[in-house]
Amino acid sequence: MRFERRDHPSRLVTVLAPIGAILAALVVAGVLIAIAGANPFRAYALILKGAFGSRLGFSETLTRATPLILTGLAAAVAFRARLWNIGGEGQFYLGALAVPALGMIPAFAALPGPMVMVACLVVGAVAGMILLLIPLGLRLKFGVDEVVTTLLLNFVAVLFVSLMIEGVLKDPLAFGWPQSVPVPDHAVLPKLMDRSRLHAGLLIAVGMAIFVWWLQSRTVFGMRARAAGLSPRAAAFAGVPLGRTLIAVACLSGGLAGLAGAIEVMGVKGYVTTDLSPSYGYSGIVIAMLANLNPIGVIAAALFSAVMFVGADSMSRALSIPSYIADVTVALSLLTMLVAIFLAQYRVRR
Amino acid sequence: MSVLFDILGSVGMWEAVLRIATPLILGTLGVLLCERVGVLNLGIEGIMTFGAMIGWLTVYSGGDLWTGMVAAALGGAMFGFLHALLTVPLGLSQHVTGLGITLFASSFSYYVFRLAIPTSSSPPTVEPFRPLEVPVLSDIPFVGPVLFHQTAPTYLALVLVALLAWVLYRTPLGLAIRMAGENPHAVDAQGIDPIWLRIGTIMAGSALMGMGGAFLTLAAFNSFFPTMIQGRGWICVALVVFASWRPGRALLGALLFAFFDAFQLRLQTVVEGVPYQLFLMLPYVLSIVALIVMARRASVPQALMQPYRRGER
Repeated sequence: MRFERRDHPSRLVTVLAPIGAILAALVVAGVLIAIAGANPFRAYALILKGAFGSRLGFSETLTRATPLILTGLAAAVAFRARLWNIGGEGQFYLGALAVPALGMIPAFAALPGPMVMVACLVVGAVAGMILLLIPLGLRLKFGVDEVVTTLLLNFVAVLFVSLMIEGVLKDPLAFGWPQSVPVPDHAVLPKLMDRSRLHAGLLIAVGMAIFVWWLQSRTVFGMRARAAGLSPRAAAFAGVPLGRTLIAVACLSGGLAGLAGAIEVMGVKGYVTTDLSPSYGYSGIVIAMLANLNPIGVIAAALFSAVMFVGADSMSRALSIPSYIADVTVALSLLTMLVAIFLAQYRVRR
Repeated sequence: MSVLFDILGSVGMWEAVLRIATPLILGTLGVLLCERVGVLNLGIEGIMTFGAMIGWLTVYSGGDLWTGMVAAALGGAMFGFLHALLTVPLGLSQHVTGLGITLFASSFSYYVFRLAIPTSSSPPTVEPFRPLEVPVLSDIPFVGPVLFHQTAPTYLALVLVALLAWVLYRTPLGLAIRMAGENPHAVDAQGIDPIWLRIGTIMAGSALMGMGGAFLTLAAFNSFFPTMIQGRGWICVALVVFASWRPGRALLGALLFAFFDAFQLRLQTVVEGVPYQLFLMLPYVLSIVALIVMARRASVPQALMQPYRRGER
C-alpha cells in the first residue's frame, strides 16, 4: 500500500473533510460513552438540547464561541505562515490582565466612556502581541524553535497573572480571594440579549474573522504571509521580507489571542482569576485546524467546539458521564481532521 | 549567605534532586529516542499525564506498584503508536499531531479518572514506592543517603541512561536508529525498513514518557489530579536540545534542572518578601535560557521532522 499525491484535490473532498473528521471523532467518543454505560445517541441528543434547546443554552453557546473564534483565528493566521504559536493560552491571560491594569491608572478613568472601551481592547491586544514577540525574537535572533518557547511561556504568563492578582492588582473587596480589581465601568461590553451573558464581543469576533479573511485573500501582506509559510526560501528569493512579515504575523496572532482575553474579561467575568480560561488558547489550535486555517471556517469550528463544551455540561448532569467527554471529542477531531486533510490530498494505491 | 550554605549542605536537598530529576530523566530519554529516529513527539505532555493516571489507577484497583509502572509504559507505547502511525507512514505535521496527541491523551486521562473516581473531596491515595536502602553503600555519610536511599524507579532511570547510551552507540540497532534520524534513505539502502524502525522507536520512547508520568503518582506523590504534569513534558523537550541529543548530557541536564528546582523550593521557605510565583516561574524561564544557549551549538538530527516516503526526496 502506498500514497500518491492527487494533482488536483477535488473541491468536494476538501469541503467534506471537516464533516467526516467530526463524524469520526463523534463515533469514537460515542464508543467511550457506551463503555461508560450510557446510550451515545441519547447523550448526543442531550448535548444538542443543552446547547440549542433553550434560550439560555443558545446564548451560552454563542458566549462560549466568542473567545474560541478569536483564539482560533490567532492560531490560524500564525500556522498559515508556519509560525507555530502554541502560546495562545498565555497571550489570552495577558490580554485579560491588561484590562484591569489599565483601569488602575487614574488619568485613564477620566476618559470618556467609548474611548475607555477601545483603549482596553487595544491594550489587551498589545499585551498578547508582546508575549508572542518574545519567542519570535528568539527564533529570528538565536534560531530557537518557537513551539517549545511559546508552550513554556504559557506557564510563565499564568504565574505572572497569579503574581499580579495577589499583588498590586488584587481586589481588596474580594474577601481575600485571589482575583483582580474589576474592569473599569465603561469597559464592560454591552449585552446582546437581556437575561443572558451574551455580549457585544461576539460581533467583534465575527468582525475580526471577516477582517482576517480580507487581509489574507486581498492584501499583499496576506500573500506574503502565505508565501513565507509555503516556502520560506522561494519567498525570500521573490523578495518577501521574511523577518518583517513574520513580525507582522506575530502581532496579528498574538493580538487576536490577547483580544480574546480582554473581551472575555470585559464581556463575561468582569475581573481576572487564574481559571478565567478553560484552555481557550489550546482549543484555538484545534479550531484553526478544523477550519483548515480558513478564517470564515474558524467561526463554524468555534461553534462546534462551543456546542460540545456547553452541551456536555448539561449532558453530564443528566447521564453522569464526565463532561471531559467534550474535551476528548474536540481533541480527537483534531487528529481525525489531520487524517481527513491527508486523504483529501493523497489517494491510496495498492 | 549562611542560609544558602545551609540549604546546599543539607542531605534532604540533594536527595530531592535525584527524586525530582527522575521523571525528567525518563521523559527526556523518551523525547531523545523519538528525535534521534527523526520524529518530534510533542505528545509527551499528554503521554506523561496518561502514564500518571493509568499507573495510579492500576495500583489503586489492586495491582502492585510494578504492574502500575508496566501499565504506564504500555499506555505510553499505545499513544506513541498512534503518534507514529500519523506522522511516519502518513507523514502528517509532527507539530500538530503531537499537540493533538497531548490534548487527546490528557482529556482521555481525565475522562477515565472521573469515571473510575466519580467525585471526592480529597483525592484517594495509594501506598507509593518506598526508598530502597542499598546495603553498606547507604551508610556512607552524606553520599550514602543522597545516592543510595532512593526509590527503585530512580535507580531504574539511571540504569536506563546507561543502557540507552550503550544501545545507541554500541549496537547495530542504535546505529540504525541514529541513521534513520540523519538519513532514512541510507537505512533503506541497508535493507532496514525506516518506517517500522521509526514506529518501534517512537513506541519505546513513548513508553519511557509514560513511566516518567507514573513516577509522579507512584513515587513522588501518591495520588492523581488533573494538570499535575505542569509542563514537565515541555521541559523535557527543551532538555533534549540542551543535551544535544546525547543520553549522558540528558542526565546531566535533568540533574542540573532538578537541582535548581529543589534549591528554589527550599529558598522559598527562607527568603521573605519575594513572591512565590517568581520561584515557580524559574524552571520555565531556565528551560528557555537553556534553549537560547544551546540553539546555535546543537547538532540537530538532520532528518528530524522530515517524513520519509520511498521514492520521494
